[in-house]
Amino acid sequence: MDPSSETLLDLHRRMVRIRHFEEAAGRLAEQNRLPGFLHLYVGEEAVAAGVCANLDDDDQISSTHRGHGHLVAKGGDYGGMMAELMGKATGYCGGKGGSMHICDLDLGMLGANGIVGGGVPIAVGAGFANKYRGSDRVSVVFFGDGASNIGAFHEAANMAAALSLPVLFVCENNEYGEFTPRDRTMAITDVVDRAAGYGMPGAIVDGMDVVAVWEAANEAVSRARRGEGPSFIEAKTYRFYNHHGVQTLGMKYRSDDELEQWKQRDPIELFEDRLASAGVLDADGAQAVHAAAQADIEAAIAFAEQSPLPDPDSLLVDVYTPTAYSGATP
Amino acid sequence: MTLPTDTEERRIAYGAAFTEGLAQMMDADPNVFVAGEDVGRAGGVFGSFRGLNERFGDMRVVDTPISEQAIVGLGTGAAVSGLRPVVDLMFMDFILVAMDQIVNQAAKLKYMFGGKATLPMTITTSAGAGLSAAAQHSQSLEAMLCHIPGLKVVMPSNPYDAKGLLISCIRDDNPTVFVKHKRLLGRKGGVPEDPYEIPLGTAQVVRPGDDVTVVTYGRMVHEATSAANALASEGIECEVIDLRTLQPLDMDTVVQSAQRTSRVAVVHEAVRFGGLGGEIASGIAEEAFDYLDAPIERVGAPFSPVPFSPALEKEWVPNAEMIGERIRALAAA
Repeated sequence: MDPSSETLLDLHRRMVRIRHFEEAAGRLAEQNRLPGFLHLYVGEEAVAAGVCANLDDDDQISSTHRGHGHLVAKGGDYGGMMAELMGKATGYCGGKGGSMHICDLDLGMLGANGIVGGGVPIAVGAGFANKYRGSDRVSVVFFGDGASNIGAFHEAANMAAALSLPVLFVCENNEYGEFTPRDRTMAITDVVDRAAGYGMPGAIVDGMDVVAVWEAANEAVSRARRGEGPSFIEAKTYRFYNHHGVQTLGMKYRSDDELEQWKQRDPIELFEDRLASAGVLDADGAQAVHAAAQADIEAAIAFAEQSPLPDPDSLLVDVYTPTAYSGATP
Repeated sequence: MTLPTDTEERRIAYGAAFTEGLAQMMDADPNVFVAGEDVGRAGGVFGSFRGLNERFGDMRVVDTPISEQAIVGLGTGAAVSGLRPVVDLMFMDFILVAMDQIVNQAAKLKYMFGGKATLPMTITTSAGAGLSAAAQHSQSLEAMLCHIPGLKVVMPSNPYDAKGLLISCIRDDNPTVFVKHKRLLGRKGGVPEDPYEIPLGTAQVVRPGDDVTVVTYGRMVHEATSAANALASEGIECEVIDLRTLQPLDMDTVVQSAQRTSRVAVVHEAVRFGGLGGEIASGIAEEAFDYLDAPIERVGAPFSPVPFSPALEKEWVPNAEMIGERIRALAAA
């Protein structure tokens, strides 16, 4: 299925919004204005945008430590996100989660995750709930090439297939598990090879090509909605910044040449060339999308900076849910 | 003193009380389902899920792969999506395979998400030594779960509590861990047929006494009560407290008793070092130090893995005789 012009513009907007959020977060981190760890999604925007454009708010995703892009792609609010990164009371998690646990359950975003592979079984559980209710909702697991080496991934992939759950596994293969190249940590080149071992269909897509990602996800999501079970997409992509933060801090785990080659295939620039050639969006139109995102992020930063820090009295709030069981709920 | 279980005419086994409570919750609430290894067609390795698959079907009584992480993740994801899962981890030893999903995920999601997630999930499992099941199928690991903010932990000692605590766990909107003791499964007691709750975090005095407070839970309630009955013939009257819930702990009941008797022993089957007894003793020392006439006694298993041979295992598991000796010394101190 070919995406409509409307879909193409939607994909562009989602990618641009991710890029501007992440560039802004990187700048703030460099200025020591954000506490904690920061794992930036710059370079991988086409994956989150291409997948999430196929989802509704009722469809769930589980995310990774590199999770801001997934939340933006799912429709996340810049202000709540930036406030959370700053540890403010107005943040998505009231300042209790931060970058690695950012979430929006109303948008079906079941959380970034500080444990590599930790979100995979949770999305499978959400998929089970969808099947249990007989709904056509789906859940999507985003995970990296590194997470495909952890037991939780294998257990959950097998379970999703064995129970024929409406789950889409999206592997963002950026060629590095933290700072170690993929060829040192697995004996296969394509992570998608693992899908066959669980009896689920798999596809490789160019993760720098948002339309390719969208098309593959469209097919896999439709399949899950029809009740035909899980599938697997491996998106070949690359992160333009360090594993965490922006600078590599002197680490020589990948070459400047390699980085430059990938940057030549910047997913947003590639897509803007294509949109211009197709007459869908010219340079001025694209610039307007960037300007709108930039204005939004500046407003979000101002909102976050002006927001109060959490009240110390909130420290012990929400460790538990006060229970008031009121019987069966539909 | 009369306990609810004493006046009830209908007597059923601890395992059957568990099954009955679960079935009643599944009847009452379509969001309740159970998933785990062998819980479906086989009815559970201990028979605790017998008949449920036939009655409720494959979607509500789910046979899973042997994948403890994915089983707990299944429950967590389903719970945040609005269902009320009961997931079974067969042996408590297997909980260790799923520790990331329990400790890093389920226990913390609500807090990390600023309160937005609700996790009404019950993890059921079976602990305890005494069946020559050796070091990987016999442990009592409750202390490490009680250490985790976000979890609630119960260990019932009798059929009445097994049913009431299970219903309370299922109805609770937090991740709860319900720990059966394998050697109690066949033990019978009075159990009302209608569903009822035992509020989480409430201990119960199962034997009143004025001389020594014995704080215990799970199967050790019976060993401690046997010891107390034997000591009564020597003129030592023990007050035996069954904690029932371990997280949150009902320290009020413990401290009030300690203030009255001035002598306290804490008894559990788990390894003594680092066990819950240390936390309880410390709490008593903080709240009732001036009332104590002797150091707090702690009885627990020795610091070794659970041995296989019956000859060794019977030395490892605390019993009424061992407990009685320690209490006798405590009473004389």
